[in-house]
Amino acid sequence: MSSARAVVVGASHAGAQLVTSLRQGGWPGEILLVGDEPVLPYQRPPLSKAYLAGKLGLTELALRSEDFYIKQDIKRVAATVEEIDRSAGELVLGTGDRLTYDALALCTGARPRRLRAKGADLDGVYYLRRSSDVEGIREDAIPGRNAVIVGGGYIGLETAASLRALGLHVTVLEAADRVLERVTAPKVSAFFTRVHQSEGVDVRTNALVEALVGDSRVREVVLASGESVVADLVIVGIGIEPTTELAEAAGLVVDDGILIDAHARTSDPTIVAAGDCTSQDMPRYGRRIRLESVPSAVEQAKVAAATICGKDKEIGALPWFWSDQYDLKLKIAGLNTGYDDIVLNGDPLSDRDFTCYYLRGGELLAADCVNRPRDFVTSKRMIAQGDRVDPGALERTVESRGTS
Amino acid sequence: MAVVTFMSYDGDEHEAPLEEGSSLMQVATNNAIPGIDADCGGEAACGPCHVIVDPAWADKVGRSGPEEEEMLSMNPDRQPTSRLSCQVKASESWDGLTVQLPESQW
Repeated sequence: MSSARAVVVGASHAGAQLVTSLRQGGWPGEILLVGDEPVLPYQRPPLSKAYLAGKLGLTELALRSEDFYIKQDIKRVAATVEEIDRSAGELVLGTGDRLTYDALALCTGARPRRLRAKGADLDGVYYLRRSSDVEGIREDAIPGRNAVIVGGGYIGLETAASLRALGLHVTVLEAADRVLERVTAPKVSAFFTRVHQSEGVDVRTNALVEALVGDSRVREVVLASGESVVADLVIVGIGIEPTTELAEAAGLVVDDGILIDAHARTSDPTIVAAGDCTSQDMPRYGRRIRLESVPSAVEQAKVAAATICGKDKEIGALPWFWSDQYDLKLKIAGLNTGYDDIVLNGDPLSDRDFTCYYLRGGELLAADCVNRPRDFVTSKRMIAQGDRVDPGALERTVESRGTS
Repeated sequence: MAVVTFMSYDGDEHEAPLEEGSSLMQVATNNAIPGIDADCGGEAACGPCHVIVDPAWADKVGRSGPEEEEMLSMNPDRQPTSRLSCQVKASESWDGLTVQLPESQW
């Protein structure tokens, strides 16, 4: 075995994929995966869903078994990384130890945006990003208690659904005038509001948090309007920020994420990066984008590993996302930014399945598909091919159900 | 030990031990089987964990559920015994099972 050592910083979804792809791609030497969580790399999407609801354990959450890493000769290192010494080709660990590398990948992920309000550091206030966060929430999530969720984005709404399933009273506070304001059309927001209300969630919009009040534990949330909401626990889901300090300090270009090219190379072509910590110029959208998406993290990781192994592979897949709430499976194909028209198939005000197509200049940009897996697959294909579409046909097409 | 064989499109065979209760996708990813990707982590949301079950085993392994079926129905490599391996709970009683991987996962 060659002595060349590849080090992946961040045992995230991207990190775990990257080490796997390195081995599969024929990296001949050592592979080290450095992470600061004491558990096997795991899937984050189920944290706010099945894991919070208690339907999945940590073992099932693990991306791969312990045995896999042993058999593939991938060494997991439990440590924080304090510094990248590019000139020496070394990492400085939290322990003060130095770790040399021949190839380096950054998969440092993202962290929850902090709530800037008085009392935000009280006990009983949670964020939701790591399995340990959810374990804390679960201890506090006793049936009958009042949970207040700050943020009506996907994480907030998924958490609301899971906590309702656990028997808590749930209030969602959204600062904008509708939930999912940043990511969906108003009619889709109205749909999710309707569903959550019918499930017993108190959804409040234009609700700006002024302060969290309590002695040592949070007791209530005070809004800018003067209203207050009783809270036994508060979960904050107001977005994430890429973890870029390490890259920045090492002099790599950072622009709302560690900037990578189509080969997942950072501004130092000997260092690659993948996952939620990155931003990239996407020719499809003509701008720089930071994606918060597992499929994208996986793709970037595969490309990054190929680049390290000297293979020519480019990032190019269409971004897609999913969210599960109650019996609803939302799948989103593409990014809708800049849409000038929407076409609805099905009625979000009465149905429990529909597709909202987003168009720009007659071209299909994106589609929100609720309980419509076929529409999702078809949309993904049409968007990727840049098909021009007939809005009338999109509206009329009746999704035929599976025939097995 | 019960073993499942994953056969790639070009006929390469990879064996993996069947772990009771794991999904066939987890069995594949835990054993570094090439050609099985778990991009969505087992949500029946993507498709590159598609396998074609040996017809002789199809009844034992079981048929696709409704959501899985919708995903499969859009797949050009679809065969009568196709499954998304993330939706197949493995059993140790399946020793000798063979599944084939479609061309698109080659």
